[in-house]
Amino acid sequence: MQLAVNIAVLAAIYALIACGYVLVYRVSRVLNLAHGELMMLGAYMLMVTAAQFSSYWPVAIIAAVGLSLLTGVLVYLFLMRKMTGEMVLAAVLTTVALGVLLRGVMVLVWSAQQQYPAQALGVANTSIALPGGARISFFSALLILTTALVYGSLLAFLRFGRWGIRMRAAGQSPLLAAQRGINLHAVYALAWGLSTLTGSLAGILLALDSGLDQTMAIIGLKAFPAALVGGLDSLVGALVGSLIVAAAEVLLIHYVDPLLSEVVPFLVLIAMLVVRPWGLFGTREELDRV
Amino acid sequence: MSRRPRASGYFRTGYAQDLKLVETRTERWSLGAFVVALLAFPFFASAFQLDLANQVFLASIGALALMLLTGYAGQISLGHAGLLAAGAFTAGILFKEVNAPIWVTLPAAAVVGALLGVVFGLPSLRLRGLYLAVSTLALHFLVVYLGGEYENKRGFSTGILIDAPTFGGWTISGGRTWYFILGTFAAATLLICLNLLRSGTGRAWAAIHAKETVAEALGIGVAAHKLLAFVVSSALTAVAGALFAYYRGFVSVEAFSLFLTIQYVAMIIIGGMGSLLGAILGAVFVTLFPYAIEAAIGALPGAQRYAGLLFAVNYAAFGVVMILFLVLEPLGLVGVWKRVQSYFLLWPFKHRPMSGSRR
Repeated sequence: MQLAVNIAVLAAIYALIACGYVLVYRVSRVLNLAHGELMMLGAYMLMVTAAQFSSYWPVAIIAAVGLSLLTGVLVYLFLMRKMTGEMVLAAVLTTVALGVLLRGVMVLVWSAQQQYPAQALGVANTSIALPGGARISFFSALLILTTALVYGSLLAFLRFGRWGIRMRAAGQSPLLAAQRGINLHAVYALAWGLSTLTGSLAGILLALDSGLDQTMAIIGLKAFPAALVGGLDSLVGALVGSLIVAAAEVLLIHYVDPLLSEVVPFLVLIAMLVVRPWGLFGTREELDRV
Repeated sequence: MSRRPRASGYFRTGYAQDLKLVETRTERWSLGAFVVALLAFPFFASAFQLDLANQVFLASIGALALMLLTGYAGQISLGHAGLLAAGAFTAGILFKEVNAPIWVTLPAAAVVGALLGVVFGLPSLRLRGLYLAVSTLALHFLVVYLGGEYENKRGFSTGILIDAPTFGGWTISGGRTWYFILGTFAAATLLICLNLLRSGTGRAWAAIHAKETVAEALGIGVAAHKLLAFVVSSALTAVAGALFAYYRGFVSVEAFSLFLTIQYVAMIIIGGMGSLLGAILGAVFVTLFPYAIEAAIGALPGAQRYAGLLFAVNYAAFGVVMILFLVLEPLGLVGVWKRVQSYFLLWPFKHRPMSGSRR
């Protein structure tokens, strides 16, 4: 029972992070390898807002999430906009470089020590007993709820929202979308903003649950296989992929070797790339973009 | 490879002249002077400068290998650190388990590298671009995990110590000896790359890079040549890894993080894609960059305060430089060099005459 809860929590973490990869890739065909760092930045934003609104922790979280939305938009406007129309590889490497830069800056500003924003906000991370003898921490439960909420609203937004439809159109054919009067730069900026927002939500909740240090970016990278297994341009796929990766990771750690934790997602990734490179739910695109 | 004749016109009258690596008298003299300077360098340099030069040599072997794969054959790899780790661990494990001498471990590293090259290259038969990059990234994690597993299982959890290698009763140690050995290896790698690129194989790679379908139609075995590119590049990289292990006398998985891969990719980007000179320039730049930052910070007032933050400053500055090159100078250092060169060649004019009129 505890195993099932662990899988659910890990899957929720991966899913919340993976939808950021999916959003940016689906709209602009750029793989954002700085997503882990952006997510960590969101968590550090919480440290900043926690100092401002120390008595109301929901306010602090909302402020941090708002800041990270802004960060994502700014990243697009000042950096990635220059890379539109360049080779895809160049764009991907730009995100890698951005990740390196962010990591350096974050250590400079907040030091490399582990920090506990939950303490700064004065929230206790109580453990909730579930039927069946399993336990789940308060923030983990909140994380699962958030993931469900984010996926629900994102799916509805992409299906019915005016900007959501624009995003899908831009993803399908930038040229036609632009000719129909869709402002591509605005759509891309929105995608980056939303992606950073969801990523930092994950980062914030993780930091509240288990503290915050430099290893968080690795979790961000480990969520990437989840996105790819499900198909890089499918939100539902990201959800399923996260479940698969999380289940494989938890079960292998439990029954085989705890050291496997670092590689399991990538093993699943390799297996998937060999069998079905475009993922479970992804559209089978011409893989000829570089 | 479009090699523009570097003499003032096209004077080649035979195939032998076409194959010459050094064409004009000026080139011959400047190359000679460069070699003499390289040979004389260790007798004037301090131990620290020698160490820097050795690191540059090691990095250039790896960068040349990656350039061959990415810059010429057009196959993207984000698993370079994994291959370096494979070479280093081959040398380390053979040394620890069977006490193998260096003339066994280096070829063994090359063989392991070549085999891994097949493994890394197999996805390239099905995948292109982004997906290929991702698959090599995944393999990097796998190789590093296996290395870490070996360290843990055998009780070398802090890393494997390797004694200075002996070759025919002569122990290789000291910065100056290493300088000549690593320099020879780097020069040999450069020669191998130069010669490969002007052979049929190199032209096949260029064709695959330009357009796979057309290459296939021209009768080039695309699959075989892609695998070959991976095999050659990985073998060279693994040798670089093994040399790194011997030079440092120490192997540990921590040295082969994702950041190392990023550094090598940065070398070929900052140097300039599709140019061997670029690979070397990039290797020099990326290797010396952290030391330049350190020196710059040391010159600031209150330097001790920042000492603990040095690596963070390095990270940030490295990211900035990489972004600047990607956004502002996609041709890299070679692009800058070419522009300076043509400025002086064309002076007092600004632009090259229309292409075609000059050949």
